[in-house]
Amino acid sequence: MVATIAQLVANVQGLSAVAVGLLIGLAAMGTAIGFGVLGGKFLEGVARQPELTSMLMGRMFLMAGLVDAFAAISVAMGLVLLFANNPLLGAVLKYAHVAAS
Amino acid sequence: MGHTHLVSTSEYIGHHMRHWALDLRTMTIGHDGGFMTLNLDTAVISVLLGVLFLAVFYAVARCATVGVPSAWQNFVELAVEKVDGMVGEAFHGDRSLLAPLSLTIFIWVFLMNFMDLIPVDLIPRALTFVGVHHFKVVPTADLTLTFAMSLTVFILTIFYNIKAKGGWGFLKESLTSPFPVYLFPVNFLFRVIDECVKPMSLALRLYGNLFAGELIFILIALLPWWMEVPLGLVWTLFHVLIITIQAFIFMMLTIVYISMAHDAH
Repeated sequence: MVATIAQLVANVQGLSAVAVGLLIGLAAMGTAIGFGVLGGKFLEGVARQPELTSMLMGRMFLMAGLVDAFAAISVAMGLVLLFANNPLLGAVLKYAHVAAS
Repeated sequence: MGHTHLVSTSEYIGHHMRHWALDLRTMTIGHDGGFMTLNLDTAVISVLLGVLFLAVFYAVARCATVGVPSAWQNFVELAVEKVDGMVGEAFHGDRSLLAPLSLTIFIWVFLMNFMDLIPVDLIPRALTFVGVHHFKVVPTADLTLTFAMSLTVFILTIFYNIKAKGGWGFLKESLTSPFPVYLFPVNFLFRVIDECVKPMSLALRLYGNLFAGELIFILIALLPWWMEVPLGLVWTLFHVLIITIQAFIFMMLTIVYISMAHDAH
């Protein structure tokens, strides 16, 4: 009985870990590609018109913060799932307590 | 007196994830009351930083000289001029509300984000001696604060929409916008989604960046010292960039949303 409960909890934990990995990994991939394209376009623009460097750099950082937005949200949600309350695990543990008692 | 037992890493992290929360249903401090919770640490630190910002800027404005300016006066003048310039470029109405609002948002959010660079255990450990056992120092790493700010901006955009177009004009614009008027449910749905996504993304963007930054500082604090120093240095430098950019973006998006609300299509 306790062994099957441990198996269920381990199952949910394993899947949560995969979910967190996907959240953080896909956010990282999206951000990397986004910043790469943004930086590349910035360099092209500076190569064309070097006198606009400071204005373009300001706009680039502005856009970098916007590109970063949903990646940061994904990473925050992943870290909350991993370290703060994991509701999927919490539900399993609640019923495990009920079943074991 | 204080907690002097050995904690596991997950206990340490869990301890730093909890707020000094007041449960509004039972008026007791200590446990999470769900939605009806007031995070006292967020409230105290954000009010303190707001008062600090206002006091410094007011004191500089009072003793402003036309001759050689002091360093503080230089800084305040620079901030006010830059923000006024940005608002003037984007917004073509009366900016006597929007420019000070933008300046406040920028400096206040920057100060609150800056609290993340203070060592993670310093203030919470000092406060355990007066009986406060959980304290999160960074107000903007709290969803309640970021949503409060973005909902305020949302209400301001609705207010500016109605002021610029009239109540009936606002309704007419939201029913006829992208598609012709006989598709008005679709227009209205798109408009509602558009207006609701803006405050949500504003709040979650700031929260996500600051929460992830704080959590990575906590994780770095758990490493052995020879890994901690280089990683901590790199992440601190990167985080200084992030806090400035996020404060700037919150301000820019406030200006852009309110100026979009003010201009008729």
